[in-house]
Amino acid sequence: MQRIIKNGAVCEDNWHLLAKDATLDGLPNSDDLIVPYALWAEHAHALKARDGKLGVWLDSDEQAEDIADDLQHFAVIALNFPNFNDGRNYSNARLLRERFGYQGELRAIGDVLRDQLFFYQRCGFNSFVIRADRDTEDALASLNDFSEVYQSAVDQPQPLFRRR
Amino acid sequence: MYVYDEYDQRIIEDRVKQYRDQTRRYLAGELSEEEFRPLRLQNGLYVQRYAPMLRVCVPYGLMSSRQLRKLAHVARHYDKGYAHISTRQNVQFNWPALEEVPDILAELAEVQMHAIQTSGNCIRNVTTDQFAGVAVDELIDPRPWCEIIRQWATFHPEFAYLPRKFKFAVNGAQSDRAAIEVHDIGVEPVKNAAGELGFRILVGGGLGRTPIVGAFINEFLPWQHLLSYLEAILRVYNRYGRRDNKYKARIKILVKALTPSVFAEKVDAEWAHLKDGTSTLTEAEVHRIANHFVDPAYQTLQDQSALLEAQQAEHPGFARWLARNVVAHKKTGYAAVTLSLKASGYAPGDITDKQLDAVADLADRYSFGEVRSSHEQNLILADVEQAQLLSLWAELRELGFATPNIGLLTDMICCPGGDFCSLANAKSIPVADAIQRRFADLDYLFDLGDIDLNISGCMNACGHHHVGHIGILGVDKKGQEFYQVSLGGSASRDASLGQILGPSFAQDDMPDVISKIIDVFVEQRSEDEMFIDTFRRIGMAPFKERVYAANH
Repeated sequence: MQRIIKNGAVCEDNWHLLAKDATLDGLPNSDDLIVPYALWAEHAHALKARDGKLGVWLDSDEQAEDIADDLQHFAVIALNFPNFNDGRNYSNARLLRERFGYQGELRAIGDVLRDQLFFYQRCGFNSFVIRADRDTEDALASLNDFSEVYQSAVDQPQPLFRRR
Repeated sequence: MYVYDEYDQRIIEDRVKQYRDQTRRYLAGELSEEEFRPLRLQNGLYVQRYAPMLRVCVPYGLMSSRQLRKLAHVARHYDKGYAHISTRQNVQFNWPALEEVPDILAELAEVQMHAIQTSGNCIRNVTTDQFAGVAVDELIDPRPWCEIIRQWATFHPEFAYLPRKFKFAVNGAQSDRAAIEVHDIGVEPVKNAAGELGFRILVGGGLGRTPIVGAFINEFLPWQHLLSYLEAILRVYNRYGRRDNKYKARIKILVKALTPSVFAEKVDAEWAHLKDGTSTLTEAEVHRIANHFVDPAYQTLQDQSALLEAQQAEHPGFARWLARNVVAHKKTGYAAVTLSLKASGYAPGDITDKQLDAVADLADRYSFGEVRSSHEQNLILADVEQAQLLSLWAELRELGFATPNIGLLTDMICCPGGDFCSLANAKSIPVADAIQRRFADLDYLFDLGDIDLNISGCMNACGHHHVGHIGILGVDKKGQEFYQVSLGGSASRDASLGQILGPSFAQDDMPDVISKIIDVFVEQRSEDEMFIDTFRRIGMAPFKERVYAANH
């Protein structure tokens, strides 16, 4: 059990995140699991047959295109920020939402800090696992760092110039 | 110039609030050094050799007199009484206290200024021609397009953590005074056979460790699609640019590795999805922005050639200044005037609080209250009546801004160097100073004609040494400061990168080295040939021979 930010509020969360090198051996049948992309790529069939809910996570060097045809199998997609300076998963997030039409939970994991939350949210993330040594309640405020934006993105598809 | 509406204003005020809280958390130990670093950098705050340095954004080099007075105030109250015009048309303060930066930003926000994205691995200030809107060779005014790009790039959520910094330049004229070919993205207008406006798009140029002249990947992008196409380029770069080595992380490395044509294919594939989306520009928006850049209330004036002739005959100093610091204007009876910040004895680009206030007054009295900064680190009054030039010249002399050296050897581009910058390998200001002193004879300088001399204190190339006709690069040799000289660079339409002359020199030798190079030029020059043309004609050998002769 951990506390995360989801849809603009702090809540309890039961998802279990599997490490990048996880294998099928000994996977519990009924837990809700977020599996690394490699495990999904190799064992999709077995993972779908489990009773627990299924999510997948992509690292920053993995591509949204690779799961584009499988989106209906995931209750959550998590995108990892190995370091908050690594901006690749901002693009994956927008692709999942805007190009591949993913409607489910999109979660930021890894080195997730409050000062990036506003951008994450704009790119389509709606849940955030704040780094363990930081206060999740405090971080919530950063979702409202800005009250107006210029560009079209997931949270506001109309750029300001079409609204002003 | 562009004037904020309530939306623009709200965005920069939100930023001040956000940054104030980030600074508070940093000082309270809630944000680590490493976590705070990109946050402060994206607000233009470096931690330098002696103090932090704050880089304030001057979008495409345009400022109002009110903004200049605010900068003077900041220099006076938060700094040591001076500011520095950077090679990206921005304004830098060398001595602010980190704790006071939120207050400075709040003051700047009062005059619609900020420091957003003036550093960090994000989209930086868009630069352009300092004569935009008044140049005689202009196809379109690039400033509305700069502003459109600025708004799109400001807090772009997807591109805040790119592999590396990202610089745009937009040109609107036949000549390229914006050096677009050495930018990450260069944009310039083009009309198709039907007379419709589009843009040519260049990618992958840049200086730094691996200087590269960029490649055009689109010869006609209809204007409506500018933002979606730029978004496609940035997305390809964000996803595939190298992040394992910061020296290989600029887009130029990716473009080179893939080849420009393969890179263009990737961009086109991405753009196919983005084209015709909501980012497609509308006539209404382009008009809204362009309406901020309409001509000021010019008078209907006659050309003042006869008057100026007579004044020149009477004042030889005025004649010299007119020849170098004043350029033709699209509007009859007007001229554009460059204020030289390259007087001998002053660090290139530096300006005091009093001078900033004085320039603001001049702008109000002579040039519709507007001032521009150039990437050559000078200031420009772009709309001066020809009949007023003589009195303006007299005032500029009093202020020390009338050195008639624009485009000449002593109008150097020079980074702050080892005197201020923690990245520098060597000092650059004392070298600039020594060369300025050596070439103090104005008649001689005039005879030499146009020469770009650019100095960088390290290979990050903030002083654009690769594209100087003469480039000087500070290098570290076993803890000693040395200087490597290159010849033959150019940032103009015929952009080229300088070639290294040979082994580097000690600081004290630099004036002699430059003198020898100039001597060769003078001997080999035909008629009024420019230095760069002589170099291209005779090549490196004669220069090399002369400079290293004593060592043989």
